[in-house]
Amino acid sequence: MQKNKNEVWAFFASVKLALFTFFILAAASVIGTVIPQGKEMQFYIEVFGPGTAKLFQLLNVPDMYNSWWFVSLLVLFSINLIVCTIDRFPNIWRLVTMDNLALDIGRILKMPRHQTFHSDLPAAEVALAVEGMSTAWKFDKADRDGAILLAAQKGPWTRLGVIAVHLSILVIFIGAIIGSLLGFKGSVMIREGGSAKQIYLYDAGNTPVPLDFEVRCDRFELQRYDTGTPKAYISDLVVIDGGQEILKKTITVNDPLKYKGLTFYQSSYQPLDDAYAIEIENQTTAASKKFYMGRGSAVEWKEEGLKFRITDRMGPYGMGVYRHKLLFNDNSQKPVEFWAEEGKMYIVERPEADYIFSLRPLFFTGLQVAKDPGVWWVYIGCGMMLLGLYVAFFLSHRKVWIYLAEEESGSRLHLSGTSNKNKIGFDNDFSALMELLERNDSLKLKRE
Amino acid sequence: MNSSQLLGFATFAYLAASILYIGIFVFRAKKLGVAAALLLTLGFLFNTGGIILRWVESYQQGIGHAPMSNMYESLIFFAWCIAIFYLFLEFKFKNRLIGAFAVPFAFLSMALASLKDPDITPLVPALQSNWLIAHVVTCFVGYAAFAVAAGMGIMYLVRSASLEGGKEKNPAGLLATLPGLKMIDDITHKTIVFGFLWLSGGIITGAIWANSAWGTYWSWDPKETWSLITWFVYAGALHARFTKGWGGKRIAWLAIIGFVAVMFTYYGVNYLLSGLHSYGGG
Repeated sequence: MQKNKNEVWAFFASVKLALFTFFILAAASVIGTVIPQGKEMQFYIEVFGPGTAKLFQLLNVPDMYNSWWFVSLLVLFSINLIVCTIDRFPNIWRLVTMDNLALDIGRILKMPRHQTFHSDLPAAEVALAVEGMSTAWKFDKADRDGAILLAAQKGPWTRLGVIAVHLSILVIFIGAIIGSLLGFKGSVMIREGGSAKQIYLYDAGNTPVPLDFEVRCDRFELQRYDTGTPKAYISDLVVIDGGQEILKKTITVNDPLKYKGLTFYQSSYQPLDDAYAIEIENQTTAASKKFYMGRGSAVEWKEEGLKFRITDRMGPYGMGVYRHKLLFNDNSQKPVEFWAEEGKMYIVERPEADYIFSLRPLFFTGLQVAKDPGVWWVYIGCGMMLLGLYVAFFLSHRKVWIYLAEEESGSRLHLSGTSNKNKIGFDNDFSALMELLERNDSLKLKRE
Repeated sequence: MNSSQLLGFATFAYLAASILYIGIFVFRAKKLGVAAALLLTLGFLFNTGGIILRWVESYQQGIGHAPMSNMYESLIFFAWCIAIFYLFLEFKFKNRLIGAFAVPFAFLSMALASLKDPDITPLVPALQSNWLIAHVVTCFVGYAAFAVAAGMGIMYLVRSASLEGGKEKNPAGLLATLPGLKMIDDITHKTIVFGFLWLSGGIITGAIWANSAWGTYWSWDPKETWSLITWFVYAGALHARFTKGWGGKRIAWLAIIGFVAVMFTYYGVNYLLSGLHSYGGG
């Protein structure tokens, strides 16, 4: 029974399983990059035939990265990571906390790097002088059967780097699980001048999720380069909470709005059918007003005694721009008619005042809405991974020993050392220490 | 002088350097070493100048952005990363024989770029982010390391095949001039380790960027998925070496297979699969 348990444990702790999972995960991941994901069933029937489509459905290939079998592979991967970490940790911890002064002298003398010296001084004096040297190595001392052993080390904690890397993957997974359990992703379209009190999830039924605040869109703007390619998608958003305008923010694609754990990303837009925003300013008094209107409907600016109406439309001209015919009237009762191109400014001269007039089509702004309380775990995991990789790959645990035994005329000094990786770097380190000892006249060392 | 001219010079300098490095290897003409290294350095300076000038030109055109936004620009930056990474290796290992297996990658990248449209185009909204530079730099430092690792893998296989063929009895033989197998193996491994750290960084910066632009740090888009596949290949190679002591031919093959995955992630995905990185094409 005990043996059985050990075998199961050893299986889940094995590197073989890790290599196998890497291979299977990599191979399986290819499938979803070749077979388009998230299409309607009809698509798969047309492209792959009804038989294959049926099989796809059975194995959830259209959403394979969330399928039971792919998630099972990720679970297997996680179990492998957890068991392997638990399995190896005691050993690694032992190496980190190990008492280097308690090591067998025979082993110390046979370390990969070693050098023997003779000193005319007694062992105790040499030991004191070594301890008094200014070096990055901090020596501890112990008495070993009448001889003296000094030991120093650098970076024992670097052995934990590999554990940090393995745990970082689990931290990222924890973040992903928190995100999928407590978070959601959805979207909402808001008309310019309109506001939203709920958003719609990206699920089969587009389930509405009520917000406990309101988001208003004051303006959407699509800027283009001269070549016609989009330059920027911009929405002026206002958060209204408890009847108060709490927060105003102009969002763009890489600069979302955050409020109460929700983030609103600029993701799309859509023109309204035949609806326009008109801005008009009295050039003399600088009084201005914005109107939202459709074709045919009349609008009145009472304070200025203005009335206007869109009566006709021509176009589209380049880049989908239209011209609109406007009927413009004021208290003088002598209406003017003129054509206004979308996005252009016009000066309308009237007896009482001149007006700056512009018209543009109205848009819906398309916002992606995400709540992901797990994202900080993911980021912490990512940071841990990079730090762990750096430590695991580029830093090493280096140890040196100085064994001092009495001799007839003085003492014998054995310097030895080892490093768990980067042997070349350690060689330099070791040689530097050796030189430091040799150059120190008070030690009176001679190489043997 | 404009950036295209400078980059043209860089391409020719890399070609000449490649020929010399291959010459050093084939004819054991160590005397060519200094000339090869100088030409490569010259090509690297032209490459650097070309990138900086292109950056300046984009500002002059009023659409200023780092020249890392399309396939043309990324290939040029890829060549730059390979050149500087190789120069570093040559300096560190004091060996010019490995150049024959690394420098041609820089030339090929530039040659491939010359087939692309070199017009400077404005940035689409999704690319207007501070993460652009961080993401591209981390990825391409990793890719360059993997290119060199693959070159070292090829060199290892060539060398070990010649040893097995018994051609090395003659110490003056062509391949005897290559560094020892152990050293090639060591360079391959260290290069993969270095590349792996940067690839991880590239995937992470990409994830953070995606989250700030779309609210999703991972969406299994083909490019993301392929970068993960590549990551698994190299993770597998590292585990096999650290725990099972794999080395030699197996690691050489893994370095080559890994680089094939890198190339598919970088290049193949843009043309063969569709996804969020589609603007990286063309």
